[in-house]
Amino acid sequence: MRHEHIETNSGLMIVLILLVISIGGLVEIVPLFYINETVEKVDGVRPYTPLEMRGRDIYVREGCYLCHSQQIRPFRDEWLRYGHYSLAAESQYDHPFQWGSKRTGPDLARVGGKYSNQWHVQHLKAPRSVVPQSIMPNYPWLLETELDYSDLASRMGALRATGVPYSLTQQEYDANVSRFGKVVADQLDISQAQDSLMKQAHEKDFDGIPGQITEMEALVAYLQVLGTMVDFTKYDEGYFTTFR
Amino acid sequence: MPGTATCKSITTRCLVGGCGLFYASAVFAVLYWFIYPSWPVGDTWIKGFGTVNYAVTDKASGKEEEREYRWNTRALLLEDLGDATNDPQRKEMLAKVQAASYDQIVKDPKMMEFVRSVGKGLFGDNCAACHGRGGQGVVGMYPNLTDDDWLWGGGMDQIHETLVQGRRGFMPAFGAVLKPDQLDDVAEYVLTLSGETQPSAASERGQAIFQGQVGGCYYCHGADAKGLQSQGAANLTDKIWAIADVPAQKSVQDKKAAIKNFVAKGVNNTRIMPAWKDRLSPTDIKLIAVYVHQLGGAQ
Ligand code: HEC
Ligand code: HEC
Ligand code: HEC
Repeated sequence: MRHEHIETNSGLMIVLILLVISIGGLVEIVPLFYINETVEKVDGVRPYTPLEMRGRDIYVREGCYLCHSQQIRPFRDEWLRYGHYSLAAESQYDHPFQWGSKRTGPDLARVGGKYSNQWHVQHLKAPRSVVPQSIMPNYPWLLETELDYSDLASRMGALRATGVPYSLTQQEYDANVSRFGKVVADQLDISQAQDSLMKQAHEKDFDGIPGQITEMEALVAYLQVLGTMVDFTKYDEGYFTTFR
Repeated sequence: MPGTATCKSITTRCLVGGCGLFYASAVFAVLYWFIYPSWPVGDTWIKGFGTVNYAVTDKASGKEEEREYRWNTRALLLEDLGDATNDPQRKEMLAKVQAASYDQIVKDPKMMEFVRSVGKGLFGDNCAACHGRGGQGVVGMYPNLTDDDWLWGGGMDQIHETLVQGRRGFMPAFGAVLKPDQLDDVAEYVLTLSGETQPSAASERGQAIFQGQVGGCYYCHGADAKGLQSQGAANLTDKIWAIADVPAQKSVQDKKAAIKNFVAKGVNNTRIMPAWKDRLSPTDIKLIAVYVHQLGGAQ
């Protein structure tokens, strides 16, 4: 077939362009699923607890990702400002991941532990009361809305279907115990989800309102765990370069 | 169609006539595959023969060592961070600050200049969200770091310790311990401490509560009410208020009410200064400590 024939036949051209792009995409993306080093070997990364998982849902619902990325790229300025670059391993249980590239506000990949719970509550309620120049919207309803945790089983079940190791069977639970330890395994067990959500909320009281579980509780629990699972002091500076 | 004709002639020229650039880029692509990581092969990929050299501190030996690694963006970052040509002054100054004692830093104008410029950025990224851009704080929530009233101490070592381990403000709530009129009296007494009001019968009753077993305020604030920095207990004799917003109140009644409300509520789990030892490097902490120290009011 002569090239002019393709160039003068736009229907055919579209089909062929799609074909070429698909091949390019497949060649770039598919191997990541079976290349051993895609997800770095690192200790500490676990799926979110039910409370954190609900916080993540609220993060997505409120569209926080429209202004905040969660991926620190391996560049000098980002390293200096945000800390260690993000690892693929750190978002292995994120479905969908929140990497993003839109940064109206700062990257949040390592915001966990940076501020106190009180600060987050105050900042989400009224950002300008703590950061006068802020253009972030107010989210006052988070503190006024009770968290709905009636459907944890289906939410965790959906994530389980994508490969997140929330446990349904005794066998899966045992596997989690040996992989993450008993405390975490209990939190990942779908049958205990409501109890562990209430327990975590009660112990940590992220929203500062004892005895009440608001949407703020879940969101702050989620923000406070971001980027804190891996202890980077355990690894040699060069270790993570070996995976790329 | 004229357009078709142009298309045709370009295509013909390129594919048949031989177009230098076209073939050059094809050759370049093939070279690129070999130099840089590219094609997947089984469960691994062609790593390329490009390399990056970088200096890192070896975890096991603690020594700085030069390493060579195959080209990738993470190795490039390490190279970039260690590369002195990038920002020679910064690297040199960081090493100098790292080695110097606090006294030496404060006495050296060049190092202080560096502290002010780098410290401003570090403070902006990590502290400003709570303490404000200039360190002026928010009354009741985040202490002012520019005045000479310090809860935990304004000496360099104390600021350093505050940063490394974090701080948690705690004062018991007296709302259930003291009766409303006792709270009134003790608030009256607290106001006399900084000369806001003159002693009266009420303030004397308050003094007895403050200095006695009933209130036990002296236990943390000291018998002279000058505070106890090891507890983070505020100095009540200066006119500077970190939490009870006395200066904003116009009448004595309102000032008293501000103190009374605070003493009734106390502080528990609401005023937390995060620990920075796991987030910031020792050198960064040092830089910020000096930066905070020079904001004003340092001791
Ligand atoms: C319109 C864009 C916008 C949206 C939407 C938005 N933010 Fe922000 N956010 C900002 C900006 C700008 C800042 C920086 C100023 C500040 O601290 O308020 C910020 C700062 C933050 C910070 C502090 C980060 C740091 O390291 O200092 C957190 C945490 C945060 N946002 C969380 C959220 C969450 C959670 C949501 C969703 C509920 C959200 N943001 C939605 C713009 C946004
Ligand atoms: C989450 C909010 C928050 C952040 C972020 C924060 N601080 Fe604080 N900081 C506080 C609070 C609250 C206190 C008061 C603790 C108390 O009540 O004893 C405090 C106390 C301090 C003190 C002691 C003040 C005194 O009077 O003794 C210093 C010094 C200080 N902070 C410096 C910093 C620096 C430097 C940073 C950045 C690296 C920083 N803070 C980040 C909330 C914060
Ligand atoms: C267990 C120790 C402790 C006891 C007892 C105590 N305080 Fe305090 N007080 C503190 C601390 C610590 C702070 C600073 C809290 C912070 O920074 O979060 C403080 C702060 C204050 C302040 C606010 C100062 C300011 O700058 O705004 C007042 C007023 C005060 N105390 C009065 C009292 C009175 C009156 C009593 C007795 C009824 C009392 N305190 C008993 C530890 C104590």
